[in-house]
Amino acid sequence: MAKVTQLIHNYLRHTKKFPHVFCPGCGHGIVLGSLIRSVHSMNIPKDDIVVVAGIGCSGRIPVYVDFNTVHTTHGRALTFATGIKLANPRLKVIVIMGDGDALSIGGNHLIHAARRNIGLTTLVLNNHIYGMTGGQSSSTTPFGCYSTTTPFGQMEKEFDIAEVTRACGANFVARATVMQANLMDRLISTALEHPGFNLVELITPCHTQFGRKNKYKTTVDMYKWLKKNATPIEKYRELPPEKQKDRISTGIFVQKDCAGLEQRYIEARQKLTGGGK
Amino acid sequence: MPPKAKKKRQNEVFALGNEAVVEGALLAGCDFYAGYPITPSTEIAEEMARRLPFLENGVFIQMEDEIASLGTVIGASLAGRKAMTATSGPGFSLMQEHIGYACITEVPLVLVNVMRAGPSTGMPTSPAQGDVQQARWGTHGDHPIIVLSAGDVQECLEMTVTAFNFAEKYRTPVILLLDEITAHTREKISIPDPEDAFIYSRLLPSMPPEWYMPFEDNMRGVSAMPPVGTGYRYHVTGLTHDDHGYPTSKPKEVEHFVYRLFRKIDQFFYDIQLVDEVQCEDADCCIIAYGCVARSAELAVQLAREQGEKVGLLKLRTLFPFPRPIVEKMIRQCSSVLVPEMNMGQISREVKRVNNGQTKVLTLNRIDGQIITPGEILKKILKG
Repeated sequence: MAKVTQLIHNYLRHTKKFPHVFCPGCGHGIVLGSLIRSVHSMNIPKDDIVVVAGIGCSGRIPVYVDFNTVHTTHGRALTFATGIKLANPRLKVIVIMGDGDALSIGGNHLIHAARRNIGLTTLVLNNHIYGMTGGQSSSTTPFGCYSTTTPFGQMEKEFDIAEVTRACGANFVARATVMQANLMDRLISTALEHPGFNLVELITPCHTQFGRKNKYKTTVDMYKWLKKNATPIEKYRELPPEKQKDRISTGIFVQKDCAGLEQRYIEARQKLTGGGK
Repeated sequence: MPPKAKKKRQNEVFALGNEAVVEGALLAGCDFYAGYPITPSTEIAEEMARRLPFLENGVFIQMEDEIASLGTVIGASLAGRKAMTATSGPGFSLMQEHIGYACITEVPLVLVNVMRAGPSTGMPTSPAQGDVQQARWGTHGDHPIIVLSAGDVQECLEMTVTAFNFAEKYRTPVILLLDEITAHTREKISIPDPEDAFIYSRLLPSMPPEWYMPFEDNMRGVSAMPPVGTGYRYHVTGLTHDDHGYPTSKPKEVEHFVYRLFRKIDQFFYDIQLVDEVQCEDADCCIIAYGCVARSAELAVQLAREQGEKVGLLKLRTLFPFPRPIVEKMIRQCSSVLVPEMNMGQISREVKRVNNGQTKVLTLNRIDGQIITPGEILKKILKG
């Protein structure tokens, strides 16, 4: 425990005033811890890391850590990251988005970033709700769940973030819940060194806005729900459909080795300038 | 044949206004373009797509929409590039949020907006000047911004270079307004040699990273801006922030920050205010125009002078911050001022505000997608 605390202190900003904005029981801090452990274990220098985030609770993550950090507009984090990566391909660009960020307002950007297969590591913190705005339904709010804008139950079907990204042609797509710290570390580390577009979806509880409206008495109940329903993808595929319904499949869904856009661009440019007169 | 005098030959080309913008951008050191095709600005993107891959680090990317385009440009600028995008009416409307973001985070970039007739889809291939006030006030919140305009093809090149210089110098987005006529006019222009052109690049920090304050106030109000990944790790946010870049809502810090944003533009007003005076010394009637209408006005001035009317032209290259002192001088000198423009009166509004009832302000508006002709302007002058 003491060791972990020390590690965090190497990466937190000393000039930033605390306390942070996250509620007790929020999963975002767990994700940040996992990201720091992954970065640390891979010995990536702080200067080479750019963390780009959107708006909302997840958007407030980068301000606490001592990397190059950009807090962008709602849903557009991927576009800023695209600019940074193409302008300086040497940098490791990590994009942190919420589910509203990634799939509701920013759905178009996610689709195209995956299609371009540009070298970004994207973490989508999916809590099935708009947290900071006050508990409105998002495009990942499960069918029938309650929120402030679906007081009689969600009538729309939700997005499966990993599935959408896979279909758009991303290189690496994976999912974990914040209850699986080791799996999360493993997936984020893999994503950080993998070429092309990488997306790790992280299911994180939001008890303040989602849990209380959806019959989870305490924060602990939400974590128990994650623990109970997280199923490795191999096992998940063997389950009958009626049992799959409530389960969360975790693990790696896609792992390809296509070159990222920035790599293809550099090669094309070399051909033009080197081979051309 | 007498031998030609050995003059430094300038590179002369026959180019569209849009192509001249590209030449100007490359001259200014632009090596990053992200955009989305929209008539009548597409030639800028097409020419950039052909040219940029030949530069050492040049990048051209076509994004999925205008919102993404400007986001990508801001990202590239944070990474130390001189970056730009170009669009037209509907795309410009989509970009507004990111213009605000670039204002508050003080990210240098150039946005060329080729004005077409609106509102909405309007007339994509017809000229207008209806985005002037939108360029100034389009994004929400209070912020200063620099808006420039160009009226002929040579000017497209010059003003693009100027736009980049202002953006880098004052750490602000700069909007360059063209109109469809200027963008699609083909003229002979001369491209200056790079060593002859005045190019300004952003200030880089000279202090070690641990002393660096990203949004520190200083004499100029413009702090140094290191590219991300060079050791100066700082936080960039669209939230109102303090000198460190961290979000704040303390009234004192907020006020200090917003006042600095305004001050950095205000105190260099005389550097930013660009106008051309044509026969204004003895003028009794002054035409105030910009863009392609200024060209019509130039001929109208000549025709009026031939008829013995003392008419002058004040051609605005800088639209915002509005060149108040120079307009005020003309207002005091003249018995009437005429503002012809291709909208329902967006700059005449500014002129009237400055005029404050001192002299007669005449307007001449046309919104049918046609240019205002010299004859029309002349008729209006003679009628008074």
